[in-house]
Amino acid sequence: MAEKKSWISEITKGFVKENPVLRLILGTCPTLAVTTSVENGIGMGIAATFVLIGSNVAISALRKFIPDKVRIPAYITIIAGFVTIVQLLLKAFVPALDKALGIFIPLIVVNCIILARAEMFANKNPVGASALDGLGMGLGFTTALIVMGTIREVLGNGTLLGHPIPVLQNGGMIEPILIFVLAPGGFFVFGLLVATAQRLSDGIDRRAVAKGLKKAGARPECENCAAAPGCAGCGPLPTGGEG
Amino acid sequence: MKALIAILFTSILVDNFVLSKFLGICPFLGVSKNLNTAMGMSVAVIFVMLLSTAITWPLYMLVLVPLHVTFLYTLVFILSIAALVQFVETIMKKSMPPLYKALGIYLPLITTNCAVLGVTVLNIDKQYDFLQSMFNSLGVGVGFMLALFLFAGVRSRVDKADVPKFLKGLPITLIAASLVSLSFFGFKGMIEKLFG
Repeated sequence: MAEKKSWISEITKGFVKENPVLRLILGTCPTLAVTTSVENGIGMGIAATFVLIGSNVAISALRKFIPDKVRIPAYITIIAGFVTIVQLLLKAFVPALDKALGIFIPLIVVNCIILARAEMFANKNPVGASALDGLGMGLGFTTALIVMGTIREVLGNGTLLGHPIPVLQNGGMIEPILIFVLAPGGFFVFGLLVATAQRLSDGIDRRAVAKGLKKAGARPECENCAAAPGCAGCGPLPTGGEG
Repeated sequence: MKALIAILFTSILVDNFVLSKFLGICPFLGVSKNLNTAMGMSVAVIFVMLLSTAITWPLYMLVLVPLHVTFLYTLVFILSIAALVQFVETIMKKSMPPLYKALGIYLPLITTNCAVLGVTVLNIDKQYDFLQSMFNSLGVGVGFMLALFLFAGVRSRVDKADVPKFLKGLPITLIAASLVSLSFFGFKGMIEKLFG
């Protein structure tokens, strides 16, 4: 039973507590760039989840064979291999999505969520746990993309998953606010979402501190950041890597 | 020549990588806290972008295309960028210690900077020839520097401002970035007017 519980927590931690995008601030570039519609967000999320699970499993299985000194190049090679698989699959089966995501498909290679999970989790844990971690983190990433995509598509385009929402069309109550699907809207919505996530998680932390479960003042994003080769945004040092 | 200058200005101002294409956001948010680190990072980025374009473009045209393995470009590009960064770091450390001291800490971070991989892939996607690719990379690098510089200035003011508690830190930074990005919309249409 205890075993089962830890499995579930391996998956669920990616949603709120360690949401890679909103709490750890990893993988910001694709988050901002592809969320002009929900559909693109889901596509990107699934593609990245596939790469995450694949690379986590491969790296975890090879963790005893990869010499420590060349581990980062080795990880990048493994990740790039999986990204190439995704690229070919998308091109063959969903060419429209391939076109919409464009350059951000090859750029999954440098999405630091993936490298960070390899470095922080997969090289220390067995294959099963790494696969679940990949799935959880991937789902957390996808969730964040769907939330962002929904807000931006509904407000900016007046549609949801491509279906027009009558109130938000020309002649409805309000017209769509185009700026939300453009670059400034991306930064703006992301800023507000990060603030919301921070608020929610602070609330959870405060309750935990009150119950004596957790030390006060521990910032999850920086605890987790320490080993991440490409984290940004927190701490005094220029730790920014991935875009 | 006119076309080359148009490419240069388009990538600096209109299609600014950071502010309108969302590439290189992490270093943009991470090192824009003060002007010196912003300077170091952007010079290192321009340098690596130019070098990696000079390597990946011929590699694609002269090796991958003749061998019919163009689908491997992601793998080949990221590995050559990683190797290049490592190589530059080693040479700099040995022969140019002052430069290494100034730029050294930024180099390892650049491997995973998606703006670098992004520009090499875009050069191929847009079917630029070698010279156009180099100009595009230069423009993208300078655009990155411009965005970082402008934003470092904005940020030093935002950090002193009294913002609501829940927006402190990253959220207000992102909202400020949104306004800076809005201001770059002013350049839309400028290129057609000038070079049309």
